[in-house]
Amino acid sequence: MQPPTPPTDPTFLSDLWTVLTLRAGFNTTTVIVGVTLLGLASGVVGSFALLRKRSLTSDAIAHAMLPGVATAYLAAVALGVNGKSLPVLLLGAAVAGLLGALMMHAINRLTRLEEDAAIGITLSVTFGLGVVLLSYIQRSPQGSAAGLHHFIFGQTAAMLPADAKLMGALALTALILGVLLFKELRLLAFNANFAQTIGLPVQFLDLALLALIVLVTVAGIQAVGIILVIALLIIPPAAARFWTDRSSRMVALGAVIGAGSGYLGAAISALAPNTPAGAAIVLTAGAIFFASMLLAPRRGALATTARAAWHRFRIATDHALENLYLAHTHDHTHPPRRQVIARPVAFYLQAARLAQRSSPVSDGGGGQSAARPEGEVRVTSHTRLTPTKAGLALGAQLRRNHLLWEEYLVTYADIARTHTDWPTDQVEHILDDTIIHRLESALEKRGVRLPPPA
Amino acid sequence: MTFLTLDLAPLLAATLAACACALVGNYLVLRRQSLMGDAISHAVLPGIAAAFILTASREPIPMLLGAAAAGLVTVALTSLIQSLGKVDRGAAMGVTFTTLFALGVVLIQHIPRTIDLDADCVLHGNLEALLWFPPDNITLASLATLPRQVHTLAFVMLGTIAFTAVFYKELRLTSFDPALAGALGFRPGLVNTLLMTLAAAAVVASFEAVGSILVIAMLICPPAAARMLTNRLGTQILLSQAIAIATAVGGYFAATQLPPLFVPDLTLNAAGMIATVSGIFVLAAAIVARIKDRPKPNPPSPAPSPAH
Repeated sequence: MQPPTPPTDPTFLSDLWTVLTLRAGFNTTTVIVGVTLLGLASGVVGSFALLRKRSLTSDAIAHAMLPGVATAYLAAVALGVNGKSLPVLLLGAAVAGLLGALMMHAINRLTRLEEDAAIGITLSVTFGLGVVLLSYIQRSPQGSAAGLHHFIFGQTAAMLPADAKLMGALALTALILGVLLFKELRLLAFNANFAQTIGLPVQFLDLALLALIVLVTVAGIQAVGIILVIALLIIPPAAARFWTDRSSRMVALGAVIGAGSGYLGAAISALAPNTPAGAAIVLTAGAIFFASMLLAPRRGALATTARAAWHRFRIATDHALENLYLAHTHDHTHPPRRQVIARPVAFYLQAARLAQRSSPVSDGGGGQSAARPEGEVRVTSHTRLTPTKAGLALGAQLRRNHLLWEEYLVTYADIARTHTDWPTDQVEHILDDTIIHRLESALEKRGVRLPPPA
Repeated sequence: MTFLTLDLAPLLAATLAACACALVGNYLVLRRQSLMGDAISHAVLPGIAAAFILTASREPIPMLLGAAAAGLVTVALTSLIQSLGKVDRGAAMGVTFTTLFALGVVLIQHIPRTIDLDADCVLHGNLEALLWFPPDNITLASLATLPRQVHTLAFVMLGTIAFTAVFYKELRLTSFDPALAGALGFRPGLVNTLLMTLAAAAVVASFEAVGSILVIAMLICPPAAARMLTNRLGTQILLSQAIAIATAVGGYFAATQLPPLFVPDLTLNAAGMIATVSGIFVLAAAIVARIKDRPKPNPPSPAPSPAH
């Protein structure tokens, strides 16, 4: 077997462009438009499913559709109807999907088993039943299960324009219903109890969400396949979650990411016939997800790591300045312990050197230059820092705030809980004068040397 | 001799797989991590495909290693996405295993056709293809001529028994009270990693015989059925083993011996039937549990819940 054309091949890229601009023939174009609509709808429905923590419920529903497809085929053949008729098969799938949801609900409610076990039991047992039925169809004289196998992994290559239109219509229905029910479903997802209190029919809404999940899944099983169709419900909303905290934006972004994955994935699969569409679409969505996880501005991994490093740096420099101040004023009531200050000081030293290197201003004094023109420390040797006047003043304030906070937290432990996250330099802004006076006199009574306010 | 040739190897393979999976599955069900088995079994596909592509052979050792590595990647990625993305565990799992599975589906296209492995076979296994041509006078030594899959499964089964026996106390404590276990120095994180590795090994060894979706039934159904019938861990494990054996044997015969009675020469997919039968056992256990617990006004208190 030849490996598929590598994507760097220029003809592949020009072919991809032809497909992406919808000029690759009627069949391919209908399929791409249908899958894009599917992505759009599943992004919207999936967002509510994600917020309602129903992600893996949809997995069991999708798996339960395999016996539904097989039963519909057998019933159609027995009734003398064309067994490969897509609407018939999808109807069977929808009924089976709802039965699967019912089965999960029953296991969860009537036994002591947890939800995870209910999902696992439902998806494996129903899928097993489906495999048995497929093997029966395969070996029975009436016909072959060849077409039915495509529902497992999905196949766009064999899709007719009529199939794609049906898929698009189902997806569009789910999309419109999802948008119409937006306010109710959002409330359900965030606070079901509150929704119930203000008179929303919570059980009906949960059922409606379930019906929307079934609708999107049914629409998707032919193109994407039973096993991977839930990826469209899970991945785009989860990726959108990194970019925003607002549910309306998350739903919109989820829809865009879903549509983009469907569009790109279907195009790639149209060009590489060995790549099932489901896999191509899911890998596209997965790539978008991991890019979001790394790069999203506030919640992405890089941003989170940078923020954590900045906090550590701030705390370290604060400690260093405070300890430099203590050393400078020979305050022996709280002698700085070497092992405690060694790390922050080394850290600050490093930072000061970096700032010095990048700073255009230098006093040119043979290795004895200010960290910054208005800086707080001078690097006096490879291992020593000397505080400047500004640095000493800042260190004094840090020392003062630190002592006041400590005293405050110890004295007013019952109310201090809400204030513990504030940066130490804000003590004067947060506590009122009476409390500060009280803390000052308490500290003085114990003989602690408290620097005066700035 | 047809029983020995056609049926013994599949029966042994199914039984060993069911027992090994059920043994691990007890802890997955108790820890509310049943779906980790689901995720691992999906993610095994790229691991196996990668091992095939790298070694260009069907040797069991690289395959086991590749799949176990994929299983651990799944566990790690799920935790990472959960903590970074602040999404619920189910969604994190869903993202991980669908992406990995899709990767596996694409990778499998690169495997030369000479090696008989396709996506369908990965999904529902190939139990019936296990044949044994025993020598004329059968001794204990001739068991060595059984198909390789049976040997792999027997090995994994022994490993599973050894692990759960040696770490019985640790597994029990970390499953029921991870906080206490941690305070006592039992390292719940390490135990969890070992358990996941074991689950990956059981899944990998079994998937070849029964396929990657139906292995989920073997992992979850017998322990879940046993869980409904008892509150004692030891009893639950023994019960789950009995149910696993009954499921494997019953399912295999229901697929191969029952249909020919109605339609000549008809046999059904054995792995699928085993999963179906395991569902029947869960149903039966649920009914028994309801009848048994009926007189009490309150439902039986659930197991001490493992905290998250």
